Amino acid sequence: MSLSTETKGATSGAQSFGGMQARSDAALNDARIAISNLDFFYGDNRALKGINLNLPDRQVTGMIGPSGCGKSTLLRVLNRMYSLYPGQRATGEVMMDGENIISDSVDLNALRAKIGMVFQKPTPFPMTIYENIAFGIRLHENLSKSEMGERIEWALTRAALWNEVKDRLDRSALGLSGGQQQRLCIARSIAVRPEVILFDEPTSALDPISTLKIEELIDELKRDFTIAIVTHNMQQAARCADQVAFFYLGELIEVAPAAQLFTAPKHPKTQEYITGRFG
Amino acid sequence: MALSSMMSPGPRKDAAVAARLGAKRKRADIIIRTLCILATVIGLLLLASILATLFYRGIEAMSLRVFTHVTAPPGSEGGLLNAIVGSLIQSLLGTLIGTPIGMLVGTYLAEYAKDSWLGNAVRFVSDILLSAPSILIGLFVYQILVLPFGGFSGWAGVAALAIIVIPIVVRTTEDMLQLIPNTLREAVMGLGAPKWKMITLICWRSAIAGIVTGILLAVARVAGETAPLLFTSLGNNAWSTDLSKPMSSLPVTIYSFAGSPFEDWIALAWAGALIITLGVLALNIVARTLLRSRI
Repeated sequence: MSLSTETKGATSGAQSFGGMQARSDAALNDARIAISNLDFFYGDNRALKGINLNLPDRQVTGMIGPSGCGKSTLLRVLNRMYSLYPGQRATGEVMMDGENIISDSVDLNALRAKIGMVFQKPTPFPMTIYENIAFGIRLHENLSKSEMGERIEWALTRAALWNEVKDRLDRSALGLSGGQQQRLCIARSIAVRPEVILFDEPTSALDPISTLKIEELIDELKRDFTIAIVTHNMQQAARCADQVAFFYLGELIEVAPAAQLFTAPKHPKTQEYITGRFG
Repeated sequence: MALSSMMSPGPRKDAAVAARLGAKRKRADIIIRTLCILATVIGLLLLASILATLFYRGIEAMSLRVFTHVTAPPGSEGGLLNAIVGSLIQSLLGTLIGTPIGMLVGTYLAEYAKDSWLGNAVRFVSDILLSAPSILIGLFVYQILVLPFGGFSGWAGVAALAIIVIPIVVRTTEDMLQLIPNTLREAVMGLGAPKWKMITLICWRSAIAGIVTGILLAVARVAGETAPLLFTSLGNNAWSTDLSKPMSSLPVTIYSFAGSPFEDWIALAWAGALIITLGVLALNIVARTLLRSRI
């Protein structure tokens, strides 16, 4: 497995702290997922209103906005997580590979294998580190023992965790630190080899060093995966995202390349939010 | 009015009034505390005297013969072997039958039917069953298994105990599954897992310590049940492991021996009571340790 384990510095065209300078390479790729006229309802409560948004292929889309603005809801539409709960429904179009993924006929298990998700709090399964990764793989593939071993090493390496856990793969995943657990969850997601990965505030429960590691990881992962990340941290959005979408009260107020949105927002609400006047 | 009371704090605090109120509070505190301690002491004293009597009379009656001989007529050197073995068989089989049913029902309630009317109905019935007098369960099994199949049998006893086990396991399984955060379920489903795999491979595994605790507590409960066995397995003074025949058990033997006028039978009843108590105590300790060392 040809993988570099050294972590990349925050060098990829992004100036991080201080002002709101963001990555300069503004060109966006073609859409991997195209959302149009998306409405979402919790019972009678309309939580998303006519969303139109493209997720560019193998780039990072950051979603920002105050609590309750609908950004997490949008993520949960993309992998149909809302379908677990009666009373939640979406209307409109979310096109991926020529298919509307919110239609009833979609095979949810196949869809979720294609669109992975990493949650706010680490969610290790109560089993060994090895089994945590193997669990997802076994759902979709029949690998030999050696192939499985290789895939697990690949996934853990991509998640920058291999060096820390390679000698204790047979130990419980619950013994890992919070940051390690979150990287394990990322490894578990990419082990299934999805095309899109959704991050729902992946660092809000982590310390700054673990946060930095995850951010570097996201930067590294976008070479192969299309990524959407919900975050409350605007520096994080500026550091990680190629494109940033600002949500407010269930509406998509503005979407633009990161540099543009943070330096020259078009909408006054965006301006107010990124300068910290509300939210 | 609201405004003025916010503007000024009212009249100055009167030190004498404050002291009087303080003393009153202190008196109330002492009274309540004394009542609490008194109630605790009464409870503990009763429990201690029961245990002391049990241990005193039980150890006095305990001998190897209790474990090696079957029950015998008064004055002929009998033991409790058949009752001990009968209790073990019936409790074990009752648990083995009741546990999977209880676990599946509990899983249904927690994972499939959280808010459905059927789920609520099942939960309600199960909770009623949990607190139903066990003699009713004995009579119920008597009606459906003893009368139609021509007599008392070990199987009928097993069935009655299983019916007692089911609601206990339903409750603990549901409670333990509900402790699992939904984010864990979403993480499993997010990998593209079907629901049944999520339940069997992740949820059950996460809840296993709690569920096993519930099962052990159910065993402890049925091991001491007399009423449901009186009308079902009846009791048997001879050695028998045939479940289609009446079968002996510790609680029923204690019940009949303790009420007899014979000294040696009464002594054996004490020995049997001590054996059950120690067994249940051991199970409780194991269950508590398990619950504390959750994975």
